[in-house]
Amino acid sequence: MATYSTNEIRAGLKVMLDGDPCSIVENEFVKPGKGQAFNRVRLRNLKTGRVWERTFRSSDSLEAADVSDRDMQYLYNDGEHYHFMEPDTFEQYQADGKTLGDAVQWLSEQDTVMVTLFNGQPLAVTPPNHVELEIVETDPGLKGDTAQGGTKPAKLVTGAVVKVPLFLNIGDVVRVDTRTGEYLSRA
Amino acid sequence: MADWQPTATLETLRRRAELMAAIRHFFALRSVWEVDVPVLAKTGVTDLNIDSIPAELNGRRHYLQSSPEYQMKRLLAAGSGGIYYLGKAFRDGESGRRHSPEFTLLEWYRPGWDEHDLMDEVSSLLSELGVVTEPVRVSYREIFQQNIGLDPHAAPLKALQREATALSGSDFTAVSRNSCLDLLFSLGVEPTLPDGLVFVYDYPLCQAALACGGKDASGVPVARRFEAFLNRVELANGYYELTDAAEQRSRFESDLALRAAAGKSVMPVDYQLLAAMKAGLPACAGVALGADRLLMQLLSLADIRQVLPFGMRCDVND
Repeated sequence: MATYSTNEIRAGLKVMLDGDPCSIVENEFVKPGKGQAFNRVRLRNLKTGRVWERTFRSSDSLEAADVSDRDMQYLYNDGEHYHFMEPDTFEQYQADGKTLGDAVQWLSEQDTVMVTLFNGQPLAVTPPNHVELEIVETDPGLKGDTAQGGTKPAKLVTGAVVKVPLFLNIGDVVRVDTRTGEYLSRA
Repeated sequence: MADWQPTATLETLRRRAELMAAIRHFFALRSVWEVDVPVLAKTGVTDLNIDSIPAELNGRRHYLQSSPEYQMKRLLAAGSGGIYYLGKAFRDGESGRRHSPEFTLLEWYRPGWDEHDLMDEVSSLLSELGVVTEPVRVSYREIFQQNIGLDPHAAPLKALQREATALSGSDFTAVSRNSCLDLLFSLGVEPTLPDGLVFVYDYPLCQAALACGGKDASGVPVARRFEAFLNRVELANGYYELTDAAEQRSRFESDLALRAAAGKSVMPVDYQLLAAMKAGLPACAGVALGADRLLMQLLSLADIRQVLPFGMRCDVND
């Protein structure tokens, strides 16, 4: 695998650190006038999501991580694993619930999602920013209450629970932002 | 369409012009005269951590100067008296929020003065230029010990390496004393400095650069070097200058050995400086101050390109 000198790593590059794949968030050049040059680097651990801050000498190097983001179709869940397919090659991948994390509550079969591969294995799954999902459970809607500000919890077909306006009913389809879990509009 | 607009606002550039004029006025009143020494010369510096930018001239290698220091010392040896330089300097590989490979340096020398006299004058200059703060002076040892818990002059290398590893989060266990001190000072001391102007003096001997050796108040050998920090940003670096030609030659040689070991280009030594020092460099103090950084501080701007007419875009984040 290639290596990067720490003074050439830019935001978005994927590197290995302490055995884990990381994505560079920021790289700041620090140098005392007469002294050693350093790179103060913020990296996101792609396994844990945690952000690390490390300072390297500018002459240090880091190993590149074999990480790539691919658009894939979500196929189905067999009870244990979630299956995805690359639309061009029909190649299939499986990931467990731990890899999916919170993403699982937004997944509908046939949706296109972003699968992050590390050494050829799924490392993370990112749902589309906006999804449209049907309400399967909520208190009955209050007729005519379209202007009031109140909200109520509603369970969606994928299992996610979001706050929706009072007038919505079971069977309505809503548009939700998966990054914040917030209701956006009626679909 | 090509991006032709300046990286600084015109208002900032007007302030920049006023700053330059005010600096020149300050020295004119004190009979320190301006010298515009060459930016292009056959030799450059030998410092391990400063890389000169090479330039071809009639097919022969020259260097853009990383500082006017050597040529100004030749003028001092020729009997110039107090002189200053306000102009460009160049350093390869230095690019970031506070670094530009081409930048503006104010450097001046005062024959017969020591580093403490010169710190007074740095304070006077900055106060004339609008820095309203009571300067603080602290020894390198005191501020280092306070924040890192180790004596920078006496601590064993292993202890410094351990602290540097802990603070940086990366492996410093095989790193030199100098680099460990640089890391600990940059990450562990600088961010703790108070607002305003702080002078740090009596540097560790291994960080002498071109400063004369001496002893601190408790008799410990130190380098008679100081740095000025303004709002935690390194602004100026000064020395009670080394005048001994033989000592200078041996520092050049050890610099070159370090450069060779680090796989860096071995720079030609400036024999004209050594000859001038042999002929007699008067006892003097000198200091170099980053004019761009001063303007950044005066205008509360965070990126050096905001104070340069056309800031260079060669940062890793661009």
